[in-house]
Amino acid sequence: MLKDHWTISSDVKAARDIGRNIMQAVAQLGYSERLSFAIRLALEEGLVNAIHHGNRHDPSKHVEVDFVGDSRQIQITITDQGQGFDPARVPDPTADENLEKPTGRGIMLMQAYMDEVRYASRGRRVVMKKLNRCD
Amino acid sequence: MREVSPRLSVTKEGNVTVVVLTDRKILDEVNIMQIGEQLSALAVGQGTPHMVLDFANVAHMSSSALGVLITLNKRIRERKGDLRLCNIQPAIYEIFVITRLNEIFQICSSRQEAVDSLAS
Repeated sequence: MLKDHWTISSDVKAARDIGRNIMQAVAQLGYSERLSFAIRLALEEGLVNAIHHGNRHDPSKHVEVDFVGDSRQIQITITDQGQGFDPARVPDPTADENLEKPTGRGIMLMQAYMDEVRYASRGRRVVMKKLNRCD
Repeated sequence: MREVSPRLSVTKEGNVTVVVLTDRKILDEVNIMQIGEQLSALAVGQGTPHMVLDFANVAHMSSSALGVLITLNKRIRERKGDLRLCNIQPAIYEIFVITRLNEIFQICSSRQEAVDSLAS
């Protein structure tokens, strides 16, 4: 089992390093290219949401990231220090009236590409799981 | 004549501007912002922009990159122009399908098909 924890400032460059570390762990655990693609996408969306929408790039706020994984599944937890949000109130980006809006697809993509996405701490924490299985 | 910016390679084929995205990963917010600015400059720098965006190199992209494409498409349409996307790898195309953006963008399988559909 691989396990790690990081605390970073609200900075996309710091998030890039975490992304690299997690994807190295995923490769080490033997996940396929297709599963790695899904994990990378969801991870990127989760980190951007935490930094941009959660902490609003406030340098005094931090993002915590936890990774735990083995050959059966991986779990990524991302926690920000923002005001939180209600995921149920996020508009459906695939509704006709939202199709041409430039934002609002991150959560939907995370849900589409991971096996489980749940929110805690009033939307400040997202926990995502991906199982190591063929589609 | 080919112009190469850090993130785009731009050529003209008749009245069509062909833009190749040179990055393999369009994930980083800073890079995405740069790409958006460069694409916008290309779109507004032409009277009626006819643009092909070639995704052959792109293996990863995020929702922020989709946002840039939507904004570019709007800019081009405001100028009565047209945008085509081409050479999208299957995994990336799946993102367009999941988000229904394959219904917004005109997507061609090859660059030639995209250019031909815009050439006058």
